[in-house]
Amino acid sequence: MNNPENLLYADSHEWLRVEKNEAVIGITDYAQHALGDITFVDMPQVGDEFTKGQEMGAIESVKAASDIYMPLACKVIAVNEDLDTNPELINTDPYGKGWILRVSFENAPEGLLSSQEYTAKYPE
Amino acid sequence: MPYIPHTDEDIREMLNVIGVGSIDDLFADIQPEMRPQSFNLPKGMSECEVDSYFHSLAAKNKQDLISFLGAGYYDHYIPKAVDALSSRGEFLTSYTPYQPEVSQGTLQSIFEYQTAISRLFEMDCCNASVFDAGNALFEAGMMAARHTKHDTWVVDEAINPLWRKMLDTYSAELDITIVTVPHKDGISDKEALKAAINDDCAAVMVQNPNFFGAIDDFTELFEHAKAHKALGVLSVYPVMQSILKTPGEMGADIAIAEGQSLGLPLSFGGAYLGIITCTKALIRQIPGRIIGQTQDIDGKIGYVLTLQAREQHIRRAKATSNICSNQGLCALRSIIHMALLGPEGLRRTAENGMITARYAVEKLTAISGVKLLNDAPYGNEFALVLPKDAHEIASQMAENGIIPGFPVGQYYQNMDNILLVACTEKTTESHVDELASILGGLL
Amino acid sequence: MKNRSIGTLFDKSVKGRTAVLPTQPSQSAKDMLPKGLLRQNAPRLPEVSELDVVRHFTNNSHKNFSIDGNLYPLGSCTMKYNPKVNESIAALPGFSSTHPLIPQLKGGEAYTQGSLQAVYEVEEVLCEINGMKAFTMQPMSGANGEFTGVMLIAAYHRDKGNKKTKIIVPDAAHGTNPASAMMAGYEVINLPSKDGMVDPEALEAALTDDVAALMMTCPNTLGIFENHLPSIVEKLRKIDALLYYDGANLNAIMGKMRVGDVGFDVVHLNLHKTMATPHGGGGPGSGAVGVSEKLVPYLPVARVVKNEDGSFALSYDFPKSIGYIAPFLGNFSVYLKAFAYIKRLGKEGIPRAAEFAVLNANYLRKSMESFLTVPFDRICMHEFVSSPPEGIRALDIAKALLENGIHAPTIYFPLIVNECLMFEPTETENKDTLDELIELMHEFVEKGKKDPEYLTKMPLTTPVRRLDETMAARNMILTQQEKVK
Repeated sequence: MNNPENLLYADSHEWLRVEKNEAVIGITDYAQHALGDITFVDMPQVGDEFTKGQEMGAIESVKAASDIYMPLACKVIAVNEDLDTNPELINTDPYGKGWILRVSFENAPEGLLSSQEYTAKYPE
Repeated sequence: MPYIPHTDEDIREMLNVIGVGSIDDLFADIQPEMRPQSFNLPKGMSECEVDSYFHSLAAKNKQDLISFLGAGYYDHYIPKAVDALSSRGEFLTSYTPYQPEVSQGTLQSIFEYQTAISRLFEMDCCNASVFDAGNALFEAGMMAARHTKHDTWVVDEAINPLWRKMLDTYSAELDITIVTVPHKDGISDKEALKAAINDDCAAVMVQNPNFFGAIDDFTELFEHAKAHKALGVLSVYPVMQSILKTPGEMGADIAIAEGQSLGLPLSFGGAYLGIITCTKALIRQIPGRIIGQTQDIDGKIGYVLTLQAREQHIRRAKATSNICSNQGLCALRSIIHMALLGPEGLRRTAENGMITARYAVEKLTAISGVKLLNDAPYGNEFALVLPKDAHEIASQMAENGIIPGFPVGQYYQNMDNILLVACTEKTTESHVDELASILGGLL
Repeated sequence: MKNRSIGTLFDKSVKGRTAVLPTQPSQSAKDMLPKGLLRQNAPRLPEVSELDVVRHFTNNSHKNFSIDGNLYPLGSCTMKYNPKVNESIAALPGFSSTHPLIPQLKGGEAYTQGSLQAVYEVEEVLCEINGMKAFTMQPMSGANGEFTGVMLIAAYHRDKGNKKTKIIVPDAAHGTNPASAMMAGYEVINLPSKDGMVDPEALEAALTDDVAALMMTCPNTLGIFENHLPSIVEKLRKIDALLYYDGANLNAIMGKMRVGDVGFDVVHLNLHKTMATPHGGGGPGSGAVGVSEKLVPYLPVARVVKNEDGSFALSYDFPKSIGYIAPFLGNFSVYLKAFAYIKRLGKEGIPRAAEFAVLNANYLRKSMESFLTVPFDRICMHEFVSSPPEGIRALDIAKALLENGIHAPTIYFPLIVNECLMFEPTETENKDTLDELIELMHEFVEKGKKDPEYLTKMPLTTPVRRLDETMAARNMILTQQEKVK
């Protein structure tokens, strides 16, 4: 499984790309694979604030629904509106066009996994 | 043995396969001290005896009453084809359509029901139904609470009081505040409703025609709600909806109804049909089952239960609601009923009831001391002020074989003299004449 | 016979065509109401003839499986035969035409004595069958009954001043259990099972003073009787927690054990399962709730009571009542059928139904264990869980059965069994029908082992084949859109 080197990963299967004091968040290839054909992404609104580990939305596939958790304390500054009409972007391009949110943060994220660590833990 | 097909030979062979000596051995896990302490049921009856028992029970209900009772539940004519088709075993004895390949009959019918109701109400979507109007009203409130993340429901007192009582019960353990706005002589107080909408408000709930029969336009109220990020919830009467300004035209976010008037018998309170419709923006909030159109692997059009990931068998404690069924057969009856009547038949049904209601108003208000509660426009139901206690009058008239309507005093303070009178297309002018003559004699 | 695609009612609509029209009104709505209160356009409902409607729904009905036509070994659903006599009873005009508000009029009860007596008596027989003190017929489905039950539990604890915040639900329970508990404001504690039953040690650990109740299904959804029941009851009593019985599986034990006798405080029944009322393609059901003595004061109103002179009346005089679960007395037309069924079966017939349901389930289990994996090698109750051999999916077996005119068992439930196939044959199926199912199952397993592709293509000749559920969820076509002219 190809989990990009430049990202950080959470045990709850979110990824994080840090850009100064902002970050882009999505779910991992492993997670999209486990969910199957994604049909809907329930996203927070711009301006919503979250603590680390807080539930921030949900992803539905035909047969499953899974909550997504915020991997760090942050504030939402953008959501991927393309997912409203094309939720399958998460299946086809989880690390690219399937991004979910952009957030801003004050304290750098901690306790997350590197690409190697995540891949070792969730190999399939 | 009623409904058990086993012969002695079958039983012997089956016990042999299982490897036990008797059927009793299969219940060894239920220890002696757990066995019934008593079991005083009467012994079983033959089918003929059962049939006769229930005929005699049914005969204890008075049959030939002339009734002007409505109050949300109406005695409309049901075309015979509704019974004939809905009682087909293929519909009646099928299960929830979890296996769509062998449930297209049910699935397509419910899809047609969703379509017909959406068009009747001019709303974007409709689910496969919930239990009844009270339940639908509660679920509408919960949809609004989830969507707006607010916790207050502003409820018009002129909504059917039984459904409001259900709101109280269902929300009792939840963080919901209900603000009830008093009506004014049977008319919804729209200014007071507006004033009650604050920034905690999830939904404002009104009914058209309201419980007292008054017809209104809530467009402005719903606009006001929208400005406060609250949702507008409208309860309607499906038959009257064939002519009245629609929830869609008024800008309602959620419209609900009691569907009994669409082909369901009164049956002493159930089974009925809870209709829920909403705008597209709220579709993920709608509880229960929804049918969607799709294709099979050969490209043929078919129907499936969809958006099921919201439901309890997957989400368990996080489900949208605990509702996991619908009133399938009742929804089926209502789509058959709507198809048989069509737009023209449904309109005629509404108009015929209205015409008789106007005749009744004329006759009844000619009696000294009897007047309309208000001068609001009304449909097939209206509220009268009597010079005496309406309970007493109704009781005395019932002894004469006529139920003049529903005395609302048991649900509203200071309204003991108010009688709610409903006419349908089944009510004749001679029924009204008899009502007027007996009522006149008592007053 | 060729299975034609017949289009929808709306496809068949032709402007001006009518079926059952009422008399032409002498005035129109616009003469009677201000224009601003009227809708702009007539609703776009179908315009079809009566024969169009009859043919449309008759042809569509042919696309359904039903108990009347097919074996439905659907676990946890108790798809037994729905006797025809019950239908004709519920349709008697004396019952079907009664307005529910009549008994609320002063003296109005006198005109509905037959219906009130039916409600009173069905509650009475359900009390006797289940060993409970009282029943309410208001809940309109099983899940609605669960909700009623947990609301009663909440009312009890509040009244007693107990500080309770949690309800324990075993992992094998139906998904509606936790959802219902949440609606009554409780936190749900998930309890893992061991050997197919509640794990006594895990229960011990979960039983803190703030536990309001334990919701149990017995036999549980694995079809296994909970052996630890007496000790569970004792543990709960110590902390004044109540024991809730999910009646989904009552068909296994009715007449053999009464849940009230063994210590349950609340029970909801699914009369549409156990008492043979039809499922109607997904409802209406009836979720009657029974309670022990201590919960009687909290039951929903109105209740039907018997006067000293033997007549029946509505009573609202229950100041601690939780209120209104239904506007009136619940799905009367449904539980009337259940009552007729109970009358027909009587004292001997009720336990006999359980006996033959369990006999049929064990016969199936034993006959299929050579080719299916049955995870719990012991006598089952009225249903059992199993898994197909490695490499064969439960879904594919299900679809192959459909192709052969038999409804699928419940699949992928309970979640704790891999590729779960859950069979519940019910007592009304004869041995020949069960043998046919066994033979087919054996054949599918053998064919599936040799050629995995074979099953994945099923079904072939049903009205539609496997449907694209992803497309349904993504496109969300929930109503028929009008064609653009």
